[in-house]
Amino acid sequence: MAVTLSEQAARHVANFMVRRGKGIGLRLGVRTSGCSGMAYQIEFADNARPDDIEFESHGVKVLIDPKSLPYLDGTELDYAREGLNEGFRFNNPNVKDACGCGESFNV
Amino acid sequence: MALLQIAEPGESTAPHQHRLVIGIDLGTTNSLVATVRSGLAAILGDELGRPLLPSVVRYLPDGHSEVGYEAQAKQALDPRNTIVSVKRFMGRGLQDLAHREGMPYLFDDAPGMLRLHTAAGLKSPVEVSAEILRTLRLRAEASLGGALLGAVITVPAYFDDAQRQATKDAARLAGLPLLRLLNEPTAAAIAYGLDNAAEGVYAVYDLGGGTFDISILRLSRGIFEVLATGGDSALGGDDFDHRIFCWILEAAGLKPLSVEDARMLLTRAREAKEYLTFHGVAQINARLNSGEQVDLTLTTEIFAEITQTLVAKTMQPVKKALRDAGLSVAEVKGVVMVGGATRMPQVQRAVGDFFRQDPLNNLDPDKVVAIGAAKQANLLAGNGLAGDDWLLLDVIPLSLGLETMGGLVEKIIPRNSTIPTARAQEFTTFRDGQTALALHVVQGERELVSDCRSLARFELRGIPPMVAGAARIRVTFQVDADGMLAVTAREKASGVAASIVVKPSYGLSDDEIAGMLKDSLVHVRDDALQRALKETQVDAERLVEAVSSALARDGDLLSADERARIDHDIGKLQAAVRGDKRRQIMLAIDELEADTQDFAARRMDKSIRQAFTGRNISDLGSEAGEARTGETV
Repeated sequence: MAVTLSEQAARHVANFMVRRGKGIGLRLGVRTSGCSGMAYQIEFADNARPDDIEFESHGVKVLIDPKSLPYLDGTELDYAREGLNEGFRFNNPNVKDACGCGESFNV
Repeated sequence: MALLQIAEPGESTAPHQHRLVIGIDLGTTNSLVATVRSGLAAILGDELGRPLLPSVVRYLPDGHSEVGYEAQAKQALDPRNTIVSVKRFMGRGLQDLAHREGMPYLFDDAPGMLRLHTAAGLKSPVEVSAEILRTLRLRAEASLGGALLGAVITVPAYFDDAQRQATKDAARLAGLPLLRLLNEPTAAAIAYGLDNAAEGVYAVYDLGGGTFDISILRLSRGIFEVLATGGDSALGGDDFDHRIFCWILEAAGLKPLSVEDARMLLTRAREAKEYLTFHGVAQINARLNSGEQVDLTLTTEIFAEITQTLVAKTMQPVKKALRDAGLSVAEVKGVVMVGGATRMPQVQRAVGDFFRQDPLNNLDPDKVVAIGAAKQANLLAGNGLAGDDWLLLDVIPLSLGLETMGGLVEKIIPRNSTIPTARAQEFTTFRDGQTALALHVVQGERELVSDCRSLARFELRGIPPMVAGAARIRVTFQVDADGMLAVTAREKASGVAASIVVKPSYGLSDDEIAGMLKDSLVHVRDDALQRALKETQVDAERLVEAVSSALARDGDLLSADERARIDHDIGKLQAAVRGDKRRQIMLAIDELEADTQDFAARRMDKSIRQAFTGRNISDLGSEAGEARTGETV
């Protein structure tokens, strides 16, 4: 079981963390909501929870709660630009179908 | 596939619910848009990555318009239809405009605000500004991948209501939901995180391309209050370019130049100015159309010398603003630098010398206002809890006031005051030895408390016993950026204080507000009569109170006859007060006053004789001109 960051994504996360001035890493998760059942969560993590599962990718600590992990296993978090827009993208092999916007998905 | 941003812990939003907000610096020369992404405030550039949008709009005969660099490039070609510096026209009538002979536009005088004749028809400054805002909105939507929840737009601190309203209208016209107008110096201070700092006074020194502004701000409980502003609307970085240009002409011994040569040398001058920010020496080389060759070396020393008067010119408004604010240099805790021209080392030095501290300059001075606006927008969006109760205010929809004697309302903060705001007023006690004061905070436009909306009640206790009217109780109303009202009452001599926090607008819908406003207009005359009656009743009660306490103390100074007459007068006045005939009350007051005049004189003699310095004989007689009294407990 693993979740990784692309080099691009790791660099951006590291940069955001420095400017933010605190935090131990990145928390990824899913929750049930959105038009296709599940939605991604991506937050700064200020502290780890006891049952968190930790990964390290390109120097960035990634925290995931055990309930979310099955839905995210094998995911690579990437940082992408689309025209003027830029941000993080989940490349998640578990996804069967996603809503048009890609913000929520189904496994 | 949507692109996601990192949220603060626990702040993740549901899909399609991202609260996309932006900050806009709607400038005279250039405009910028910024947002906070993954916790980081950043300027949103255009397709070519250019951060600035020149505030220039060109109208075409087919009704279309060009905005920004595209329009700027045509400025010389099509000056009449290319509107620059439209900000100077916002909310202004033709008569407000200085130097309009020098402008290439065809103006039309319309009530309230001037209009401009363009190839695409008659345009108001609001429409022109809306074009700029629309361009920035589209840029932001493309950059953020969705519709915007709203924007914070900055305006100069000295903008009046008309100019602010015009800016709001422009936002609406541009399809931009406006979260709030924010003062430019405040935005700059926010960009530096000063809103998180402790209380203090800050100066914002803003030297732009063509204008200079100085603002003195006081930070108190997270709210910036503008204490004083000043500036020079015809002084900016362009003047420094012009000084170098003149120096080139002189040093190279040039004859009067063609327009093209002058333009080119002015560009060289600006390049040299910018180069000298980071270097000690700048080379100026140019080959003129006239065939002459210019090869000069400009040092920072010479540059500082030839622009000395310009720098000195900015310090005059600085001194004046400080004086207006009643502050000394030592009281200024920090100085924020805004505007590209503040990069010049001699400006930094002069400001540093004057304030005896290094100015804050580690943010890009061109971007600092937009960054601050974006941070404010983010704060507003993040602070707003989900649901409909999230209400943003930029003005107070209804007046806020206190109940005074007789159920009357004393308005402390009038309707339509922009927030955040703070106002204070002094009240006093009504009875001798009164040790507590009940404060009743109300909202509405009507004169009587019963017709307004009650917001909160609290009491100030522990006032030292004093003669009625001697206590000085300062009541401060403060409305912060989120519409939260904090009321503080403080007795000056003893320092006892009490306070309460209320949310003034919560629970009042727009319809209710509209209804209340209509009500107040309908009842203006009614209210005025009611108010007059109540005031007379209060005066009468105060007189009865004063005479009664004098009788209790010095009743022995009166003959039985005199005493009977006064008692009769008091009874008559008390009966009149219970009725609603103002004239009757006034007559009874006059009678009582007349019959107690002798008594008052005798009390005066007695008190002087006994060197009774502490007793106050003005208890008797008229004291209508005295400070207003609060409701007694």
